Amino acid sequence: MTACREPASVLIERLSNGETTSLELTEACLAEITSHDGAVGAFLHVAGDSARQAAESIDRRRAAGEPLGRLAGLPVAVKDVLVTRDQPTTCGSRMLEGWTPPYDAHTVEKLRDADAVLIGKTNMDEFAMGSTTENSAFGPTRTPWQLDCVAGGSSGGSAAAVSAGFAPLAVGSDTGGSIRQPASFCGVVGLKPSYGRVSRYGLVAYASSLDQVGPFARDVAGAAMLLEVLAGHDRRDGTSVDQPVPPYGQQLEKPVDGLRIGICPDHFGDGLDPEVREAVERALDIYRGLGADVQEIELPHSRFAVACYYLVAPSEASSNLARYDGIHYGRRTDDHDGLVEMYSNSRGAAFGTEVKRRIMLGTYALSAGYYDAYYLKAQKVRRLIQQDYSQAFADVDVIASPVAPTPAVRLGQLTDDPLQMYLADAYTISANLAGLPGVSIPAGFSQDGRPIGLQLLANAFTEDRLLRAAAMHERETDWHLATPTFAGDAC
Amino acid sequence: MPSPTTIIGLEVHVQLQTRTKIFCGCANRFNPDEPNVQTCPVCLGLPGALPVMNRRALELSVRAGLALSGTIAGLTKWDRKQYYYPDLPKAYQISQYDLPFCQGGHLDVDVEQENGEIQSRHIRLIRVHLEEDAGKNLHDESGRGGDSRVDLNRAGTPLLEIVSEPDIRSAAEARRYLEEIRLLMVYLGVSDCNMQEGSLRCDANVNLEISNSANESIRTPIVEVKNLNSFRGVEAALVYEISRQQREFEQCGGIYADTAKQTRGWDADRGVTFAQRGKEEASDYRYFPDPDLLPVSFSDEWIEIQRAELCEPPADRRRRFVAELGLSEYDAGVLVDRGRETADYFEAVATACGDAKQAANWVTQDVLRELNEREETIESFPIDAQGLASLLGMITSGDLTTRSGREVFSSLMNNQGGDGSIVERIASIVEERGLSAVADSGALETVIDAVISRNEKAAEDFRGGKDAAIGKLIGEVMREVGGADPNAVRETLISRLRP
Amino acid sequence: MSETHSAEPSHGQLTREDVLKVARLARLGLDESEVEEFTGQLGQVLGYVGILEEADTEGVEPLAGASERTDVLREDEPGESLTRDQALSGAPRHDDRFFLVPPVLDTSAE
Ligand SMILES: [Zn+2]
Repeated sequence: MTACREPASVLIERLSNGETTSLELTEACLAEITSHDGAVGAFLHVAGDSARQAAESIDRRRAAGEPLGRLAGLPVAVKDVLVTRDQPTTCGSRMLEGWTPPYDAHTVEKLRDADAVLIGKTNMDEFAMGSTTENSAFGPTRTPWQLDCVAGGSSGGSAAAVSAGFAPLAVGSDTGGSIRQPASFCGVVGLKPSYGRVSRYGLVAYASSLDQVGPFARDVAGAAMLLEVLAGHDRRDGTSVDQPVPPYGQQLEKPVDGLRIGICPDHFGDGLDPEVREAVERALDIYRGLGADVQEIELPHSRFAVACYYLVAPSEASSNLARYDGIHYGRRTDDHDGLVEMYSNSRGAAFGTEVKRRIMLGTYALSAGYYDAYYLKAQKVRRLIQQDYSQAFADVDVIASPVAPTPAVRLGQLTDDPLQMYLADAYTISANLAGLPGVSIPAGFSQDGRPIGLQLLANAFTEDRLLRAAAMHERETDWHLATPTFAGDAC
Repeated sequence: MPSPTTIIGLEVHVQLQTRTKIFCGCANRFNPDEPNVQTCPVCLGLPGALPVMNRRALELSVRAGLALSGTIAGLTKWDRKQYYYPDLPKAYQISQYDLPFCQGGHLDVDVEQENGEIQSRHIRLIRVHLEEDAGKNLHDESGRGGDSRVDLNRAGTPLLEIVSEPDIRSAAEARRYLEEIRLLMVYLGVSDCNMQEGSLRCDANVNLEISNSANESIRTPIVEVKNLNSFRGVEAALVYEISRQQREFEQCGGIYADTAKQTRGWDADRGVTFAQRGKEEASDYRYFPDPDLLPVSFSDEWIEIQRAELCEPPADRRRRFVAELGLSEYDAGVLVDRGRETADYFEAVATACGDAKQAANWVTQDVLRELNEREETIESFPIDAQGLASLLGMITSGDLTTRSGREVFSSLMNNQGGDGSIVERIASIVEERGLSAVADSGALETVIDAVISRNEKAAEDFRGGKDAAIGKLIGEVMREVGGADPNAVRETLISRLRP
Repeated sequence: MSETHSAEPSHGQLTREDVLKVARLARLGLDESEVEEFTGQLGQVLGYVGILEEADTEGVEPLAGASERTDVLREDEPGESLTRDQALSGAPRHDDRFFLVPPVLDTSAE
């Protein structure tokens, strides 16, 4: 097994006691990327030189006994939706191809402050719209477990990078499940924090009221460690919350006393793959075995979640993506007859089909005559969904469910049918609508070897308890220890 | 046939006088010579950047709303107004749609009618809201259809929009309304309202109600005249547009093919309004609440704190100058309209010297003449209010003649009288030139008696009814007693010669 | 403020003209196959979201964001601006001072 497949906490330990250096670790990751990323497609940009330089500098500072940040020397991959001043940022789109932003996202600054080694930018569905990473303008990302299957999305590149051992940690963003679902497809831990827990400054917006940045790691401890670095108040993001960041990593060993787990029967209905159902039920049994109380809860409005989401998110997206007009940055086509056509032709040429579809949907939903019936109605239903969850969390600590109805699907399997694809987001999008934290943890494999995740949701700003609940399951299982093998791999 | 009624509503845009832009820390400064140097990820609308509301912009907005007698909302929010234009980098303007921070309100404006009478007009407001300004497009003027250039220094400047009801009845009234808004905003310190720099701009909606041949009342289609950026421009554009609409009405007999609202521009050089191509789909702005900006709530306490920051509005001040200080309407207008600092200066002089009318005369004539000649503002005027008050005090008490007072004033303006305070310098100038009026009337009478006896002929002529003869006597007395008050000399001479 | 905010939704009945109108509004150039594809697909999605009519939202306040906090303000203090070079660095066309765009026609006289 290569060095990069060790959990982050183990690597941090080895770095600090001198068993390895950041440069060794960085080189190991870069070597893995060179060998295998051609098949996986996790990265859009590999920052080999700057990563080596950063690693060397951290090693020197460590040798000199200087104080170092919490992720000192650890390679971290960053989804290409976060702006970086020294690496291109494309959001998986032709629109921004070749653009290097003049500023760093808040979370990227935090990573630099923590002395992480930024190893590269990961692939994603264009502007984070999609759940397979097939909507990337630069080719799909495949799950390292089965290269003819998708990595999930939209943070497919980050999930696959951690899974494949290209980086021990990665950062993604989640608007409707874009961290949790690829984490499930790639067999890693992925956490979407509460809305406002992590600054969105420098996160290229898809749907502003739903977007949130979060960690990927091989285990719960790694996710906790990275979340601790990413989280925190930022005055540049009015929606970021000024609340102290708890030491998520410190209490992980402590089980949640009298853990109450809610399950919603709606989540186990038609359309759920039997192997996924089996994995979730097995996980629930493990919790029962640990003394948890598993009880049924009602989420009466959850059946409206997909419809609600696919009005709110495209509406905001249609507005957020209006700025790509070929004037101040991004692509401009020369093929036009004046200003209006320049806008249309530039946008028409540079955006992919799914982005166009959602811009169209959102523009329609906000247009004169339809606002009340669509956008406003969706906002009202959104409140009902949020109320469902606050009521549910009066009785339970976490809500357990599948992450996606199936394990990773084959490339091209869903792309012809947008509505079917949207419906597959049913388990994850409520957390975004209600602003709740949610985590996907490895909970098994299909018979043919594709990973299956378990989703746990918790009340807003109870990530500490959510992580502890997740760690309880992890201690009883070894799904998270499994690693994919590439053809020709020695291990 | 009754004459047509003019119906005008104004949308006035006022840039707020903050240090920084509304949503970012870039300087809020007029800077056309250095394009695109006051930008950052936020006001460039770069992907990932987020807006955060400037507290000062809110404070100034609410003060403006209160001064316009509007109702401040308990909760207000910002919406995205979506349209494509190169000076709008996000392709949406953050504005306010259905919950503006201020609703209602009004402004009373004194307008001179055609018959010369002053009439007070009550202009109601619909709302006041706070939004971001766009950048600036500079069009190719060569006529060769070259690229337009975009400068985003102005993008994100806090901008107040004050929307009136269609209560304005003439072009002159529109101008007065705009002048009064400007004065109020400048008084409040909300804006510098510099029209050359575009910090006060105005769009006007205008139409007419005319009776047709069947004596039915017809309304001409509403025209929005855009980009009016001088007081003269507002008045001239509206005068033109009113007569254009009337001509059009006469031509079509009140039967219009298209009654939709039309947008017209104002060509100040040619003195005409011209039809503008409407922005495509302009009517569908797809407003929705900006998810990046949280709503803002105003507590009653906070609103009262802002109210306490308000100064006396110009209209109230004019009234008070007339009613309490006894000034003429004209003088009160000149002093107040000149700006808050000038009115403050006048008031300080009037209070300190105790003679408001004399203070008004001196400030409106001598002080303003000097300021105009020197193209300076009252803040840099060399004679402070205390100094001018003491000079006027000396005149009132008879220590100085008015003429000597003017001489002292102009010496002060020429930096004479040493380095001391104005009061000390006045004393030294009076001393140096022997300007002090002869307070000892005994001494003056002795001189007068001597002059009469030396000039028997002139004295006799005056006694005999030749009034002009007194001039020679006054002149001789004045030569002997420098600084004497000519009026006092004249009166003493008369009482001696024609008892 | 000429916008009207009420009409019957056209669930599942999107015409080609609707699609073209929305594409114009969004300044989104679509080719013929996209227009056709979207007419069907968007109609399908709009048909599906009609399910929301079953939700009783009588008296329910709309929820615009996951957080309902208010009053996040910044002080009126200068922050860092970009240099002009940085500001223009991503622009497809500029002349080292300004962003350049094809002539803006809206203000031309008729
Ligand atoms: Zn700025």
